[in-house]
Amino acid sequence: MDRTDAELISAARKGDPASFEPLVAKYQGRVFATARRYARRESEVEDIVQEVFIKAWQKLDGFRGEAPFEHWLMRLAVRTCYDFLRGHQRNRETAFAELAESETNWLERFAAGPGSASEDADAARQLVAKVLSRLSPPARLVITMLEIEEKTVKEIAALTGWSATLVKVRAFRARAEMRKILSQMTRDKYL
Amino acid sequence: MSEEVYAKLLAAARKHPPGEQVPYAFEKRIVARLEARPAPSVWGLWCRPLWHAAISCVAITVLCGLWAYGSRAHTEPADNFSQDFEAAVFAPMNQQIEDSW
Repeated sequence: MDRTDAELISAARKGDPASFEPLVAKYQGRVFATARRYARRESEVEDIVQEVFIKAWQKLDGFRGEAPFEHWLMRLAVRTCYDFLRGHQRNRETAFAELAESETNWLERFAAGPGSASEDADAARQLVAKVLSRLSPPARLVITMLEIEEKTVKEIAALTGWSATLVKVRAFRARAEMRKILSQMTRDKYL
Repeated sequence: MSEEVYAKLLAAARKHPPGEQVPYAFEKRIVARLEARPAPSVWGLWCRPLWHAAISCVAITVLCGLWAYGSRAHTEPADNFSQDFEAAVFAPMNQQIEDSW
């Protein structure tokens, strides 16, 4: 019979890593998906996820069980991703400065008629990934959660530990930052 | 135009959420790593802050030494230590004599 999260956590707290394994197996998919939003290379994604679970193991005593384990784990995952972004800030300025041919073509199609440039296109996905990779860490985090994952301000505040007002302020700045980067990347040609 | 590109790109990102696929036996790798981690020893926990404190103390000592050396270099060098010492010892007495005049 499958043991509940509470039973597994209780056993893991006593220092039994084997009891932690089903918890990792159960939630690792979601943590991987979250990490993939912020890191491109699969090796970086694995490092983030590994760090999340090691931190979870170390801080398991801090889990009071008032909210589901998944919520607590996702908070840890978001904060680890944020630390990752802050740690890799230097790379964001130089990365993807130039547009690929397919992205330029997509923008040209978009300029000719917004309907003709599909959002399903790989070029659109690559372009948005480039724009996001150049955002500052708080801007990237807030744009990803608010605009892409469509979370509420309250949910973002709970996940990041920021106040609701700070989330709103950062969202406002992040949108402006994203527009500026988009404009720089396309050199005001199509905007 | 700018707003439309912005909205379209965000829509593209929304349409393609990252996958939840996991490398084979990833959970086993995590557990193996947890099992391999040495338990933190009391000595280890104690020694790290002790080293930090020792480094800080050495730095403060060096700074104090430099400051003392620097401040001494700015004062007149004493010709004769014994005379200075004597003057310092008899300073109150000299003061009394001067007051009595």
